[in-house]
Amino acid sequence: MKPEGKKRIWAEYQKEIPDDHFFYVRSCIRQTFFAGSEQCFLKILRDDLGKDVFEDPRHTTCTGIGYHGDVVPFETIQAVVARHFALATEAGYKHIAISCVTSFGIYTEILETWKHFPETLERTREDLYRATGRTFEIPETISHASDIIYKFRDQIAQKAKYTLVDINTGKPLKVVEHIGCHYSKMFPKHGVGGAEFPHVLVGMVEAWGGDIIDYPERRHCCGFGFRQYLVQANRGYSLFASRKKFESMEPYRPDLIIANCPGCTMFMDRWQYTIKEIDGITYGADGQGIPVLTYEEVAGLVLGYNPWELGLQYHNVQSMPLLRRMGIKADPSERFLARDGSRLPDPVNLING
Amino acid sequence: MTEPMEDLYSRLLQDIRFKEGLKACMNCGICTGICPAAEYYQYDPRRVIDLVQTRNNDVIRELLKSETIWYCGQCMSCKTRCPRGNTPGMVIMALRKLSQELGYFTDSEKGRQQFALKRTVGDNVLKHGYCVVSYDVDPEAHPEQGPAWEHYYNHLDDSLARLGGELNGKEGPTRRISDDVLDELRSIFKVTGGQDLYDAIEEASEKKAEEMGMEFRKEGRDFEYFRHVVTADNGCHQSEPEDVRKDVYETGR
Repeated sequence: MKPEGKKRIWAEYQKEIPDDHFFYVRSCIRQTFFAGSEQCFLKILRDDLGKDVFEDPRHTTCTGIGYHGDVVPFETIQAVVARHFALATEAGYKHIAISCVTSFGIYTEILETWKHFPETLERTREDLYRATGRTFEIPETISHASDIIYKFRDQIAQKAKYTLVDINTGKPLKVVEHIGCHYSKMFPKHGVGGAEFPHVLVGMVEAWGGDIIDYPERRHCCGFGFRQYLVQANRGYSLFASRKKFESMEPYRPDLIIANCPGCTMFMDRWQYTIKEIDGITYGADGQGIPVLTYEEVAGLVLGYNPWELGLQYHNVQSMPLLRRMGIKADPSERFLARDGSRLPDPVNLING
Repeated sequence: MTEPMEDLYSRLLQDIRFKEGLKACMNCGICTGICPAAEYYQYDPRRVIDLVQTRNNDVIRELLKSETIWYCGQCMSCKTRCPRGNTPGMVIMALRKLSQELGYFTDSEKGRQQFALKRTVGDNVLKHGYCVVSYDVDPEAHPEQGPAWEHYYNHLDDSLARLGGELNGKEGPTRRISDDVLDELRSIFKVTGGQDLYDAIEEASEKKAEEMGMEFRKEGRDFEYFRHVVTADNGCHQSEPEDVRKDVYETGR
């Protein structure tokens, strides 16, 4: 194939990611379970990369978990998202940075619906105005927060204090990536690499020195399933899906799972704990668990952030083996501290100590 | 009670997700092949689409009352793979919405769980401005969250302070959403039908609890009907019995 043809084909798998001036929309799950990860994203953009990120305290949930749990109607979530657009419009921002894959999928669904069914956009404008008196402009771009880290991956690599290379062997760390279903399975053109060649996490890992593992169930769902996890009686569904992934990746002995979606990060961490408790099984090398980190946490480690201020201690699968391989010196006795700096008792039964 | 005579297929067509999610299915079954729910439950999205395409009112009504429509996890893997551009997952969303509007969801064990989703995620949205809040994820109800979460939950203020947040603070992670903002959310729910759907779920669930002879309360979660819907499992949902599944795991390793 001629290079021009290749370029044309690959152009369909690229997306426009703006350079600066982001309106940040937060995630219910990320802020609840990985608050340090959210803060790390903001610090990297503002302090390390010098970008302008605006956050409006009036921003709320997008109601996405309720929407996919089928208790929030489509008309309602469209108006809630339109309200977020109104806040961005009022603040003068045209680029939305979204910290949650569920929210990202919803934003893409809504924008595509408005494009193909213009009457839904008009109805949403009327609904929002009637409910709140607000008006809005459709943003010029929407990016998942990982898209933005991906865009600046080489700049982060240039500032790196650590890389994804095993300091003992000099070999790249073996990394499993999980992009999360709603990032690009629904509306591929909104994701870097689309649904077929998702590159958003691959690009980061390779830029920071790691090797990506391709394994049979790489694109399988983590098993959130919304109602399938949220209702106690259904949780076997969620566990079953994650377990299928772990069994598929196990033979490759990964050092790390990097995840795009806060929900996926949580499930792949929590279900490793559950499987170990029930069956005594772990999936990493030497009887250890496989640490599951968000891309912000990995970027933070690469840039030299304190692992305990990133919140790595609040994962059931602890990261000490990974930190040792990366050459990061972190004192495990400093993981659990009170506000005044005094030491809190360590939790018991964490994986990897 | 006399069943309504309205054309259910036409009702489904009013949902834009149904219109967009089902154009012309040729029943190839790729959706079922890729579906995580089909692997776990007795679930076949190809069959669901096949039944909907009959446009037969009785068939669709049975579907709306069935366990089947509640098995999908909405990963939307089916959308990527359908050669005709259909999305069975979106058809499921339209079926679930109609099932709740008509009160049919309480006819199935899995459908009745919608009450739990309304009382948890649904109420959180209008009370706190978030679908999930840290102080609501009780480790006793979530043993799978493990020791790291239990520690975090038991030391929320300390843990958050170190990570740059403040519980119910003015900004940052887990900040408090102000009353005027919550009023805006409530107003959006009233204008767009969100509150109507909440009310329909509550009303049908209260009626079902009475029919089942179970205690029901207008608020909260600590009562018999709520506990029943979140834990009930008649053992007939999965694609294979638990002992077979266990054998597969054990021999597969």
